[in-house]
Parts: sequence; structure tokens; C-alpha cells
Amino acid sequence: MKTPRAYSISIETPEGVVFSFELATPVTRALAWAVDATAIGCLVYVINKVAGIAGVFGRDIVGAITVGAYFAVSVGYGIVLEWRWRGQTLGKRLFGLRVIDARGLRLHVPQIVLRNLLRLVDSLPLLYLVGGIAAFLSGKGQRLGDLAANTIVAREAKWTAPDLEMIAGAKFNSLQSWPHLAARLRSQASPEAVALAARAIAGRERYDPRARVSLFRDLAAYFQSLVKFPEAAVEGLTDEQYVRSVLRVIYGLGR
Amino acid sequence: MIIDLRRFVAAERAYWDELQAVLEKLEAEPERRLPLAEIERLHYLYERCSADLARLDTFATEPGLRALLESLVGRAYSEIHETREPLRIRWRSLVLAFPRAFRRHLAAFQLSLGVTLLGCAFGWFAIRTDSSSKAVLMPFQGLMGSPSERVAQEENAQTDRYRGKKASFSAQLMTHNIQVTIMTLAAGITWGVGTLILLFYNGVILGAVAADYIAAGQGVFLTGWLLPHGSIEIPAILLGGQCGFILAGALIGWGGPATRAERLRAVSTDLFTIVAGAAALLVWAGILEAFVSQYHQPVIPYSLKIAAGVCELVALCIFLGWAGRE
Repeated sequence: MKTPRAYSISIETPEGVVFSFELATPVTRALAWAVDATAIGCLVYVINKVAGIAGVFGRDIVGAITVGAYFAVSVGYGIVLEWRWRGQTLGKRLFGLRVIDARGLRLHVPQIVLRNLLRLVDSLPLLYLVGGIAAFLSGKGQRLGDLAANTIVAREAKWTAPDLEMIAGAKFNSLQSWPHLAARLRSQASPEAVALAARAIAGRERYDPRARVSLFRDLAAYFQSLVKFPEAAVEGLTDEQYVRSVLRVIYGLGR
Repeated sequence: MIIDLRRFVAAERAYWDELQAVLEKLEAEPERRLPLAEIERLHYLYERCSADLARLDTFATEPGLRALLESLVGRAYSEIHETREPLRIRWRSLVLAFPRAFRRHLAAFQLSLGVTLLGCAFGWFAIRTDSSSKAVLMPFQGLMGSPSERVAQEENAQTDRYRGKKASFSAQLMTHNIQVTIMTLAAGITWGVGTLILLFYNGVILGAVAADYIAAGQGVFLTGWLLPHGSIEIPAILLGGQCGFILAGALIGWGGPATRAERLRAVSTDLFTIVAGAAALLVWAGILEAFVSQYHQPVIPYSLKIAAGVCELVALCIFLGWAGRE
């Protein structure tokens, strides 16, 4: 039976701590590649123009510079940028992607060179069809160049701190009066929903009033579906107040 | 278990920020060697963040914070647990690393040479037994005509047909040959089958051309035409084939205990070194092909071209066979 495609890979350190990298999706990689292809095109155009200015040295020299520069840019673009920017090109930087060693170790120059040279095969017969099929079949989304160089393309983690002051609000939290239900809520709430609720609280002043009511109704309904608090705990709470109380339980704020 | 996330973040944030700053500095200057005190501090920060990440495992409600700590621990892990020396580009050591890497994988080069020679033999016998197969074996305009007619045309030429375009012709030759060499390497990803086909096909063309010219009694012209650049260009493509077979060998593994990733990791520096060396050779070959090989007797005597080609080949053999030996 085929296992479902993993979108992250986990690495266990000798200390027993597990960390993971979120893999870049084929669509983001294709978009990053489109940016890079445009950048290469622009660079070649500029070189052609500059070589044209250098026409005083003769057309032969200009021709040689153009041919050599086009080749150097198309092969060297990925190598030089991934080397200098630690696994990123312009496109990857724009879409928050980074090439990393598949074992979580430092990316080395020979790996960068190898994965970029193998683009010649990956790009066959056109538009990275071979590389795309290889990435689709590989469990880690690796094109052939990545397989040979033992690299993966991961999404860069960006952390935005939750605004805990915004969530803290009132001193008393009625949900905390039922600690066993609060503990169950803490263990069952999905991280994504909690992060969404925190963002909703932080940005609530910016929403259209109707959208705000609807958003907090949906969020409250989700948390209520996980744990049912007694009527006394939720009496008089609006959906927004309920969501705020839930977050305070989850983040361990107030009593 | 973390009960108070606010207190946890307030207590640990300074360590995360410090680790972030150290990592940024290390990543900006990969060749920088840390003094012992800074290494100890980095290790402490790594362990502290690892412990924070482990504590956060029991608190699954802050994905952003978890992602941050995973990123910090991952980056610190790559700095601390990496055992490979960072590649320092020093020309002298790079020049010597090339023949050393070549000699480490001599069997792959021999295979590359063997497959090409097999292709040569096939091309030779195909042309000798059926000269009409020329159109199929070497479908290039310049090789389709009679060798004797071409030689007469070249030797009696009154004008320089490459006048005013030698440099761009040379650049085209260099880039094309480097692309062929890279392709021969890259085709190794097909467990060597692609490399095998490319080398064999190259050999077929070479054997067919040789058979055609020698049969027409133009062996001296052929040697004078091919040897100045071919004595470098052909070995360079064979080096590309060597890389292709090294890559294939690492993929296949032949039942060794190392994992595929470990095998690929072990050969990646040698692949880089050999292909970089081959590319440098092809730049030289491109210059010679445009500026020397296309000029024949009486402009440049064949004896001189052949002697130069032989000298280059001998020098290359000595370099690859003996340079950097300890």
C-alpha cells in the first residue's frame, strides 16, 4: 500500500530532541523557479546590453562574451546564490524556501554544485517534467538533483509571537473553575485553531462587525465541540469572550 | 508540562535571541573559527533550546513558537554536528585535489574509457562494413562529404573562414563541450545507463569519423585536426563519464553497509572536484579548437599540430597520474 506523501521530515538529535522541516510544495517551488528564470533572463539581457557597449572591442569579442556569459549565468546563478545565501536564490528567498541538507547538517558547496548541475536532467524534456515526476514520487519531494546531492527544499519557519496581553483581558476566567474540563480543552484543541483564534483576538478591531460576529461564532462552536462546559461557566459570555477565555485557559493566563 | 506560556517565553526568550544572533554570525561567515569559550556557549544555548523544544512537546498549542524553536535547534544542530570541513577554495589545493580525486575513482574512469572504446570499435566496423551508414552514425553536415575533398578544400583555402569569429566560435565550443560533460555526469542519476549511452554514442561518432578518414588515406589530416584539442577534450568528456559512473556507483551501493545518503555524501566533493577540473580543461580545449585545430597545412604543419597534441596528452597523463602524490 502506498503511504501518504509526507510534507515534513523529522530529525532526531543525539540528545533525543526531534525537530522537523516543513517541505516546500511543488507549486511554491515552481513559482520560485519562475522568479529565478526571470532573474536569469534579466541578467542575460543586461549582459547583452553591456557587451553591446563593449562593441568597441569588436563583434567577435562581444559574441564570445555573450555566449560565455549566458552559459555562466544559467549554470552559475543557482550555484553562486545558494552558496552565498545559504541555500537560497532570489525566488526561494521571495517564497520563504531554503535548500538544506536532508540530514539537517550544514549545506556544502559540492552538494550545491551537484544539485544545480543535475538540473540538466531534471529540466528534461521541458519545464522540469523529469524533476517534477521525481519529486512527486519521492517521499521528500526531491528532484533528481536533490536525490544526488542529498538535499531537500524546506519552508522557512517564521514566528510571530502571540499577543498574550491582548488575550489576558479580565482577571477572572469562569472556565478555570472546572480544571478537569480546562485540562481536556488544552489537550484537545488543535494548534492551528488556537493560533487562528489568537490572531482573531489580536486583530478584532480591524474586522467588519458582521464578519467579526460570524468569525467568533465559528471559533466558539469549534471549541464547544471539543469540551462542553457547564451552563454556569459560560452564562452571559459572548462568543468573543468565550474564545478569549478559551485562549487564557490554553495559554495558562489568569485564574 | 508548561502551564504559564507567558512566563516560559519571558524566561527563555533571551537565550533564543542569543542563539539566533550566534547562528546569524556563523552563517554570515562560514569560515569563521569560534574560540573555545564561544563554542561552549553555543553548545549550551543549543542544549537549552533543545530542552525548551522538548518541554514545548507537551504543549501543542503554539505552532509558531514550536516552529521557531525547531528552526533554531535545527540550525544549531547543523553547525554542531557537522563533521565535514567547509570547502575552502585555495587554487593550489584545488589543482592538486583534481588528480587526487581522479585517482581515487580510477575504475570509474577505466569503465568510461572502455565504453567509449567499445563505441569507437562499433563505429569503425559499421563504417568499414557499410559506408552508407555514415548518415545515420554521424549526422553532421561537415562530416557528410568525402574526406579527400574536404582535405583538398581545407589545404587550398585562400581565405580564413573563421576570420572575425574565432573568439565567439571558441566560446560556443567551450560551452557546448562543458554542457556535454555535465550531461554525461548528470546522466549517472539513471543508475549509469544514461552515462553509458552517451559515452558509447560519442565513441561511435569518433570511431566512424576515424574509419571514414583513414579509409580515404587522410589519417595524417585527421590526427592533425583532432589531436590539438581532442587530446584534452576527449579525456575531459571521459572525466564527465567517470563522474557519471561514480554517481551511479553511489546510488547502486553494491550491497555495502552505508546508506545511499551516506554514499552520495562521501563522493560529492570528488564529483565537484573532477567536474570542475574537466570544465577547466574544456576551456583550454575550446581555445585550441578555434585558434589552432581549424588551421591546416600549409598554415600550420601537421607535424607541429600532432606534436603539440601528443605533448598535451602526455602532460595531462602525467598531471592526472602523478600530481599531488604523497
